[in-house]
Amino acid sequence: MAKISLEKVKHSYLAQPAEPEDYALKQIDAEWQDGGAYALLGPSGCGKTTLLNIISGLLVPSLGRVLFNDTDVTKIPTTDRHIAQVFQFPVVYDTMSVFDNLAFPLRNRGIAEAKVQERVQEIAGMLDLEHSLRRRASGLTVDGKQKISLGRGLVRDDVNVIMFDEPLTVIDPHLKWQLRSKLKELHKRLGLTMIYVTHDQTEALTFADQVVVMYDGTVVQAGTPVELFEHPNHTFVGHFIGSPGMNILPCEVENGTVRCAGHTVQTASSGRPRADARKTEIGVRPEFVRFDDHGFPVEIVKVDDLGRYRIVEVRYADQRVKMIVNEDLAIPSETPRISFDPAATRIYADGWVVN
Amino acid sequence: MTKTTNQKAWYFVVPVVGLVAFNALIPLMTVVNYSVQETFGDNVFFWEGVKWFEEVLKSERFHASFLRQLAFTGMILAIEVPLGIGVALSMPRKGPWVSVCLVLMALPLLIPWNVVGAMWNIFALPDIGLLGRGINALGIDYNFTQQPVAAWMTTVLMDVWHWTSLVVLLAYAGLCSIPDAYYQAAKIDGASAWSVFRRIQLPKLKRVLTIAILLRFMDSFMIYTEPFVLTGGGPGNTTTFLSIDLVKIALGQFDLGPAAAMSLIYFLAVLLVCWIFYTLMMRNEEQ
Ligand SMILES: Nc1ncnc2c1ncn2[C@@H]1O[C@H](COP(=O)(O)OP(=O)(O)OP(=O)(O)O)[C@@H](O)[C@H]1O
Ligand SMILES: [Mg+2]
Repeated sequence: MAKISLEKVKHSYLAQPAEPEDYALKQIDAEWQDGGAYALLGPSGCGKTTLLNIISGLLVPSLGRVLFNDTDVTKIPTTDRHIAQVFQFPVVYDTMSVFDNLAFPLRNRGIAEAKVQERVQEIAGMLDLEHSLRRRASGLTVDGKQKISLGRGLVRDDVNVIMFDEPLTVIDPHLKWQLRSKLKELHKRLGLTMIYVTHDQTEALTFADQVVVMYDGTVVQAGTPVELFEHPNHTFVGHFIGSPGMNILPCEVENGTVRCAGHTVQTASSGRPRADARKTEIGVRPEFVRFDDHGFPVEIVKVDDLGRYRIVEVRYADQRVKMIVNEDLAIPSETPRISFDPAATRIYADGWVVN
Repeated sequence: MTKTTNQKAWYFVVPVVGLVAFNALIPLMTVVNYSVQETFGDNVFFWEGVKWFEEVLKSERFHASFLRQLAFTGMILAIEVPLGIGVALSMPRKGPWVSVCLVLMALPLLIPWNVVGAMWNIFALPDIGLLGRGINALGIDYNFTQQPVAAWMTTVLMDVWHWTSLVVLLAYAGLCSIPDAYYQAAKIDGASAWSVFRRIQLPKLKRVLTIAILLRFMDSFMIYTEPFVLTGGGPGNTTTFLSIDLVKIALGQFDLGPAAAMSLIYFLAVLLVCWIFYTLMMRNEEQ
């Protein structure tokens, strides 16, 4: 087991990368503490798989270093890194039985047969595979095959980290929920480092203690779910996490005064955006927008009643703002006005927060 | 819902049925016709029943050429399949060399059979051929027109040269279709190169190899032109394979009855082997 650090890692799939756009990973500095449960969250194509493959050694980064417990492993082959990785789509060895599939990573490392038996039985029990151990792996359903893939990842107990690359995409929702809780439980019991890749925020937030959000080849923010919710560093994080996502509204900043379509807004950002910023915006979550007679006038577009609260969409100028209104609060019918909670409203310059 | 019972569409099939009848069924039935009758020419036929079949099945000449045929097919399969897989494994998967390799591999397949036979004949002649002279220069007495072993080796070598590419191309296509994730998983699982071959590549190649083996079996079992041009079936009868023998009987001796019976036995043997092999290979597919 080890702490894993990435130092200035960049990766391009091209032979001669020139533009920043040529890089699948732009520059990553990250640290994964021993025993942590991490989620790697980001949209499709942002470089999540690339990052995992660099940690596991399937890819050598174009630039930068990978450290395990402060030893440089950048050039060390996968087999010597003691890593388990589960891929998005099931990989099974068709000609072998389920048992042999699960035993494969152990036998390849010359583990004693008694220990193999014990480990395989344990993992099979956990994944409900006991009854199909003797069957040929090729005969299983997609669910079953993905369980085998998961099982092969979990069967070794000497690994530095187990990485799951969207392992539950192909699995039906009910089983998905079960397996996710099993993984969580296993993390608690064994204390292994786990990195769980997903582009589903609920999955990330329920699994992980620490969430790392990636966007377009960079890590935009890493932190606990609460931190990501309360202090998004980047408009992408605000937008991606939370349901509905953060409102991002264009604004002008002049001498410290922030104006949205002519209305002055108070924010928690005390700094000023850089003078060369191409766009300035404010970000405020729907939870922190409220009806307020001293606010600025808006027009109500739509109300969605979700029981305990309502999602109200309002409009001013050509901007739409979503707000969450508790069921016990009335929605004004005439001349509604809104304001933003200054403590939870921040300025973003070119996407990045201004503190 | 009412179903219209318009059967006119069947007329569209008529030309194909006619064509197949003309170029397959009619000749086959002619052969069947010959195989149960005796003729002395002038279109006069006498009913003979299964006499020709019994005669062929009991004849030592047929046994000998059948065994020669089996030995030849066995040998070329035993060489071409592993060699083909080996070459396919060592070909680059991407980069500019891919197309160069593919073209080089496809070249022998484009050469007509009789040209291949003639090429190898000249190539292997002990007095003027590059190969023949080369071997003799090494101090090995080699003359494929007189030594049965040399004739066999040359024939086998020629077939390997001509047809290994087919196995290579099929196996290469099979290898290219294996997703990267399998190799990555194997690395994570610490599999050795041999395990990767045995547990990933070979199982994934099963279908294409089945096709390659079937094609090579049928083709080599019916081989005629190349050995005919190279050795003419000699020296003696040592490279007289089934089809060469068949032509000798049918056209050389004009024994149409036995030749027809032999053709049918030959045909059934090919069919039977293909069927057994295919069934065995596909036995586990549907579980
Ligand atoms: N083998 C490859 N060759 C070239 N480009 C690649 C390769 N693999 C990925 N890329 C590119 O690198 C970028 C990052 O891809 P990556 O697979 O890491 O994304 P991801 O975050 O895992 O996406 P997804 O959620 O779809 O799995 C993408 O733009 C992709 O097109
Ligand atoms: Mg991916």
